[in-house]
Amino acid sequence: MINKKKKSSLFDGRIMKRALIDSFIKLNPLNQLRNPVMFVVEVGSILTSLLFVQSLFVPGAESPWFIFSISLWLWATVLFANFAEAMAEGRGKAQADALRGSRKDVNAKKLSEPKQDAGVTPVPSSQLRKGDYVLVEPGDIIPGDGEVVAGVASVNESAITGESAPVIRESGGDRSAVTGGTIVLSDWIIVQITANPGETFLDRMISMVEGAKRQKTPNEIALDILLAGMTIIFLFATATLLPFSMFSVAAAGQGNPATIVVLVSLLVCLIPTTIGGLLSAIGIAGMDRLIQANVIATSGRAVEAAGDVDVLLLDKTGTITLGNRQATAFIPAKGREINAVADTAQLASLADETPEGRSIVVLAKTEYGIRERDITSLGAKFIPFSAQTRMSGVDLNGRQIRKGAADAVAAFVTSKGGVFPADVTVTVDEVAREGATPLVVTDGKDVLGVIRLNDIVKGGIRERFAELRKMGISTVMITGDNPMTAAAVAAEAGVDDFLAQATPETKLALIRKHQAGGKLVAMTGDGTNDAPALAQADVAVAMNTGTQAAKEAGNMVDLDSNPTKLIEIVEIGKQLLMTRGTLATFSIANDVAKYFAILPAVFIATYPQMAVLNIMGLQTPQSAILSAVIFNAVIIIALIPLALRGVTYRPGGAGIVLRNNILIYGVGGLIVPFIGIKLIDMLVNFLHLV
Amino acid sequence: MLKLIRPTIVSLFIFSVIAGGLYPMTVTALAQLFFPEQANGSIIMKDNKPAGSSLIGQPFDDPKYFWGRPSATAPFPYNSASSGGSNLSQTNPDLVKQAKGRIDALREADPQSATQVPIDLATASGSGLDPHISPAAAEYQVKRIAGARGIDESAVRSFVAKYTDGRQFGILGEPRVNVLKLNLALDQAQKL
Amino acid sequence: MTTNGIIQIILYLTVLGLLVKPLGSYMAKVYQGESLLITRVLGPVERLIYRLLGTRPEEEMSWKMYAVACLLFKFAFFILLFTLMRIQGILPLNPQNFPGVAPDLSFNTAVSFITNTNWQAYGGESTMSYLTQMSGLAVQNFVSAAQGMAVLVALIRGFSRRTTSTIGNFWVDLTRSFLYILLPLSLIMAIILVSQGVVQNLSPYKTVPLVQTINYDNPKMDANGKAVLTSDGKPVTEPAKATEQSLPLGPAASQIAIKQLGTNGGGFFNVNSAHPYENPTPFSNFLEMLAILLIPAALCYTFGRMIGDRRQGWALLAAMAVIFIPLLFFCYSSEQAANPFLSPLGIDQSGGNMEGKELRFGVANSALWATATTAASNGSVNAMHDSFSPLGGLAPMVLMQLGEVVFGGVGSGLYGLLAFALVAVFISGLMVGRTPEYLGKKIEAYEVKMAAIVILVPCCFVLLGTAIASVTADGIAGISNPGPHGFSQVLYAFSSMANNNGSAFAGLNANTMFYNTLGGIAMLFGRFWTMIPILAIAGSLASKKYVQPSAGTLPTHTPLFILFLASVVIIVGALTFFPTLGLGPIAEHLMLYK
Repeated sequence: MINKKKKSSLFDGRIMKRALIDSFIKLNPLNQLRNPVMFVVEVGSILTSLLFVQSLFVPGAESPWFIFSISLWLWATVLFANFAEAMAEGRGKAQADALRGSRKDVNAKKLSEPKQDAGVTPVPSSQLRKGDYVLVEPGDIIPGDGEVVAGVASVNESAITGESAPVIRESGGDRSAVTGGTIVLSDWIIVQITANPGETFLDRMISMVEGAKRQKTPNEIALDILLAGMTIIFLFATATLLPFSMFSVAAAGQGNPATIVVLVSLLVCLIPTTIGGLLSAIGIAGMDRLIQANVIATSGRAVEAAGDVDVLLLDKTGTITLGNRQATAFIPAKGREINAVADTAQLASLADETPEGRSIVVLAKTEYGIRERDITSLGAKFIPFSAQTRMSGVDLNGRQIRKGAADAVAAFVTSKGGVFPADVTVTVDEVAREGATPLVVTDGKDVLGVIRLNDIVKGGIRERFAELRKMGISTVMITGDNPMTAAAVAAEAGVDDFLAQATPETKLALIRKHQAGGKLVAMTGDGTNDAPALAQADVAVAMNTGTQAAKEAGNMVDLDSNPTKLIEIVEIGKQLLMTRGTLATFSIANDVAKYFAILPAVFIATYPQMAVLNIMGLQTPQSAILSAVIFNAVIIIALIPLALRGVTYRPGGAGIVLRNNILIYGVGGLIVPFIGIKLIDMLVNFLHLV
Repeated sequence: MLKLIRPTIVSLFIFSVIAGGLYPMTVTALAQLFFPEQANGSIIMKDNKPAGSSLIGQPFDDPKYFWGRPSATAPFPYNSASSGGSNLSQTNPDLVKQAKGRIDALREADPQSATQVPIDLATASGSGLDPHISPAAAEYQVKRIAGARGIDESAVRSFVAKYTDGRQFGILGEPRVNVLKLNLALDQAQKL
Repeated sequence: MTTNGIIQIILYLTVLGLLVKPLGSYMAKVYQGESLLITRVLGPVERLIYRLLGTRPEEEMSWKMYAVACLLFKFAFFILLFTLMRIQGILPLNPQNFPGVAPDLSFNTAVSFITNTNWQAYGGESTMSYLTQMSGLAVQNFVSAAQGMAVLVALIRGFSRRTTSTIGNFWVDLTRSFLYILLPLSLIMAIILVSQGVVQNLSPYKTVPLVQTINYDNPKMDANGKAVLTSDGKPVTEPAKATEQSLPLGPAASQIAIKQLGTNGGGFFNVNSAHPYENPTPFSNFLEMLAILLIPAALCYTFGRMIGDRRQGWALLAAMAVIFIPLLFFCYSSEQAANPFLSPLGIDQSGGNMEGKELRFGVANSALWATATTAASNGSVNAMHDSFSPLGGLAPMVLMQLGEVVFGGVGSGLYGLLAFALVAVFISGLMVGRTPEYLGKKIEAYEVKMAAIVILVPCCFVLLGTAIASVTADGIAGISNPGPHGFSQVLYAFSSMANNNGSAFAGLNANTMFYNTLGGIAMLFGRFWTMIPILAIAGSLASKKYVQPSAGTLPTHTPLFILFLASVVIIVGALTFFPTLGLGPIAEHLMLYK
């Protein structure tokens, strides 16, 4: 649903071509040193190549052709692993190229002061510095990241978000941030630049997708250590096999000690090359999947943390309910006319561009025939909603018309020396109990009545929360509503908990409370007042439409500005870890079959009775060893799609997920190579490769 | 670090004194008090003189005696000053050779016994001091003893039965015959 | 397998299982400093010890301090023990007048006993004075066991504590393990053993006449005590008569009790618990076997209780049992089978493979002992493992190669298994898509690194030691059996030493400069390079905060996790040692059944 915009096929021809070239460039041993497992394989490849050359001049126990075949496939193993990594990087690079295309150096109209009529100096965008003011007019590319300080304009942000529908950017409020590289379609804005060249959002995004800043994540480091440990053990196990075979040959009086070629083959087959070769590809692909979902993370660490989240703080509006609450009724206070309520409510909402405000105006018009009026011609002054007063309205000819939450209005009325009518309190409670939102309308100290706003819970969200609960993630709904309204919506949507009448302070306190209990908290936010909470949360997704402050406080930016995305991000994080875990298990499980292929082949001349261990019935010792090596190389290629796509994640309790994955990748990893090696052996003998 | 020097040195003395001195002395005192016979080696007295231990086997190759299990102690079998097994592996040709030697000796000494030789008479014990044989191994030798001593087979069997121990508490271990006690009893009976 | 044999095994497992909870709970109370009858009685002694040591229970140590205390303590005892053996000839309590022990053997034995290995390259009744046995070796049986338990308790604190930098006081943990657990249990057990016929005295060896004089061939010795050989290499013998037997005596019971309880295994006599004076009756055998696994099993419960979730303790015990019980029956059935090489001789082999076994124990008890003693890092024997069938010998070898974590040494077995649990949790955590947590602590790169060392070090030393021994003249010289079994002897020796077990395929002549030195090094690394990383893990865990489990956290007490943990242990061991087992026991087995 969200991926539709930039979805590219897994094996894009252009990317594959580039990856092929990169696979060879990555053979540089310095590059391999980062990955101990593959480094060992490369050393083995070099060693067998040298042995091949030697065998051409000095005949040894093994034929040159056999050594050549082994050496070839060892090199192939390294190349395949390089290819997997290059493929993963290639997808990022392709995206980065597209982004880079939108980062053109443009001529900016620099203003000496933030006024439309101030003198304009044309300046290349690369010379703009923090604090400069620029004028952007229709058709202009916005020259850098910044805040709109004056004007309002519709902006095409498709270069960043891939979404072609224009968005409104205006000064003040939560929609004032603009991104360099986007295009103004109509009207004009004055932008104060907030980032120096090279530090812009686009730059950060490019470096992120290119993987230039990719650092190993904590779990990746831990897994690396474990794989290195296993490599050491197998190094000992194979190296000591030489003296062991020498002893056995002497004891049995027949056969030959294991050759270096065979021992290297065994070593490469045993060390976890499958996971070792795919590990970095998995990490890059995880980031890539996030980008496919139109989310930019500031670090891989954040993606990993997303998989660990225990608590999701979700804004009610837009995430749980459809963004637009609808006014459905006016309920007059005792002794008031319903038309007066409708009229005043409409007046209070004229300048209110929120969907709720619009729906009040519309309701007054359609149900009570009150025509829309122009606020400026009335000479009214708009009082916008603020988090402190939690009311909005107009000042008109000395009248102070307000609408807002009951407790806020009550405080306002009391401060004016009025009395909040008891019957209105009753109405408010009733409306709230029904899960709707009551807004009280007042004209100065005279409370006129209640506007009823109905929330519409999104379809399917309840099931989504049930899934999350199974995954062990609890959901908390954040809302500015009063507790009763909040409880009703929470019950309908099926969240685990809610925070009503939320303020930035209470949000922050809630996050800290959960974190003190050892839990990881994720949240989304867009406003400047969300910034402290975003900074505190472990996974903080800022909406791209949000303010610069919010974007900087978060560790991810959602280009679609879709708060539901958080759930998807958690799944991507989990998928990333699972892909590593399952492939590691698969890799180790494969070793059993490889032992059964190689050991009898090595020792059959010394102990002929070892033939019973050749349970796969491989034809000759040489073909058995070569088949195991080929399988070991080919499995890397075969698993690239899985590594890039990630293992399928089905929400469920940890026990069930583990059981399924052990069955598929553990038991599967035991069985698959027996079949694979047997088939390759048949093919090798059919083609007379050894 | 320096703080650890004192406890390290002091602990040497404390643990050596308690675990190396007080503890074994206490056990020795209690053992000598309550179980003096067992604590001193379960010695069998004959004519007020020690005649062996009921727990340690002795070598026999005279036809009038029941033979115990083969012993691998050096330089002579059942040398209790130097316990030890053969440590031969199942695939060691020496094991087969030695087993064959023992079986041939038994067959020669017991030509009347038609049954197969029980495994415990063909294999050496772990300690080399095993005082027991299986009831089957005793039965295998009954005819020879009866012939050599000129007494009834049934009389020999009743001796065997007397010196056969069942499983301890009816469950633990295996049924077994104490060879030394049995042979001493046979000697004792004939002397009278 | 016989019905009676299976009944004896089930009886054993049942009694063991029933003792886990009471003893485990008692030990938890001891370590948590709760007031008990015994702590009231022995409390003054405990406090006196602290006063003499100059420490107080409240004085906590960081993990590094704890580790240094552990090492210093052992180093001091090493010096003491080494010196004692070297000069035993001039010390009292030496009725047999044994001379000082050779330097390489003294090194090997001192290392062996301070590392809780109790590998014995010597025959007790022909080498060590009573003083050495009693105040040298038996003391080590106590303190090396107590040290293992102390380190385990420190690790448990790592799990149960939150955001602190200390993991307890080594001297206190050591003293409590010794005074309240090992000492009283040993005292009770020693007395019961004496009642069965185990000797306990300070008399010189007793000479008794043989009922029948025996003629034998005595190998001729030259002036240097070396065997004189004929021109074709056979020893020259002269006819001799044996008329008496010298019965070895000494303070055996007190030492046997602790060698069994403390997973030490160092016998008083050469053949260990196969000797009738060490293990006279089936009941003494039952008791000694019970003592092998008693504390390691009960510590699982102690663990569960101390971290406040008993299910976790039971789960670890179950993981051990899941590995132990199949191997036990595998060993038993292999030993019960007839030796195909003996079949043509016309022997009634229904009694099983009796070579090297005592009649009073039979095959079932010998197989049970062999698996129990190698599952725990005990190493005492009641039958000669060298004469086991190839697969019967494979079972104990595998149990050691798994890292001595199936029961394992007192303390060290459980902390080793916990290292495996960290790895299992890490892999399974990844598989469920969550940063791994175990018992509320996040498992990160540092813990994984340390756990990897704990697992890695013994494996590498087994392989390395075996490799060196199998291609050097000194190494090959010790081998006494031909073919693959010769390789098994060496492999068994290093599996035993690097994992601090101490049992042996005793045909291997290990009392040489080569084996004494190489083995000593393997034992040192196997013990301390697992102990130090474990303490590092304890320190790191203690400093972490507690993470509340949720439905997304992998539960670690379920059958699924138990099986997964057991699989991780088996797979690591199998992948590391499959080639060696193939060249040793498996090749030998295939020869036998060609």
